[in-house]
Amino acid sequence: MAELIVFWVFAPLAVASGIAMLLQRNAVYSALFLVVNFFALAVFFLMLGAEFLFAVQIIVYAGAIMVLFLFVIMLLGVDREERLVEPIRWQRPLGIFLGVGITAEIFAAVRAGVGFAAKAPGGFALVNQGGNAQAIAKVLFTDYFLPFEITSILLIVAAVAAMVLAHRRRGAVSGPPPAGPARPQPDREAEVAG
Amino acid sequence: MRVPIADFLVLSGILFAIGTAGVLVRRNALLIFMSVELQLNAVNLTLVAFSRMRNELNGQVLAFFSMVVAAAEVVVGLAIIVSMYRRRGSVNVDDASVLRG
Repeated sequence: MAELIVFWVFAPLAVASGIAMLLQRNAVYSALFLVVNFFALAVFFLMLGAEFLFAVQIIVYAGAIMVLFLFVIMLLGVDREERLVEPIRWQRPLGIFLGVGITAEIFAAVRAGVGFAAKAPGGFALVNQGGNAQAIAKVLFTDYFLPFEITSILLIVAAVAAMVLAHRRRGAVSGPPPAGPARPQPDREAEVAG
Repeated sequence: MRVPIADFLVLSGILFAIGTAGVLVRRNALLIFMSVELQLNAVNLTLVAFSRMRNELNGQVLAFFSMVVAAAEVVVGLAIIVSMYRRRGSVNVDDASVLRG
């Protein structure tokens, strides 16, 4: 019974914060609604017996990733409202229609594949024996050891890529460029002249 | 476990659809990126729910990997958005209509 109450409190919260994120014009508020959504999803992970992922979700997503997002929003100063002129006239209604369509499709797929009444079988405590983190570690460091090691390479590549991409070349003007069309780059002008 | 597994799947489907609509409708590159994060999270919820349904941990390990990849993706994506802002002075995706910088 308690599980049902928790689910039906947090499921509308997750959907509402997602929709609020979508409709919010200010990027900072959108990011904060997304944090609410991530916390609600963490609660679902806890309900489904994934305590380790619950902690990782809060630390990595709600903590690290969203702080990074907010940091970039503040850094770029784009917390002003975006303009609402649509270059493609039918894009917005079509986007909403496709969103509703994919929801209906997933409803149908769940109904055909799992069934709306299917309960999870018992005995998950046996899988999680000795603690969820220990059980995951056992799988991660045996069956998934190679992917785990490749992940470390991926993280290093991502860190180097971020440094290369965000690196400001020496001699570049400091501060954001004025809004409007892109300035001609000095090196490209030299290229054209030469 | 009193909550049917399908409830989690339908919920994650709705969240995924919200993320899809966000990617299609919003014009701010940061907002589009946040919507992609929402989609990734919805899929993670599906993976964990199936892991519970099948009584095994492979789904949870896969969700864990997807979180790691999402973290790497956010780092690179935000760096791209920052450099795009430096180049054009805007993060509106309609302004980025030319592939060459």
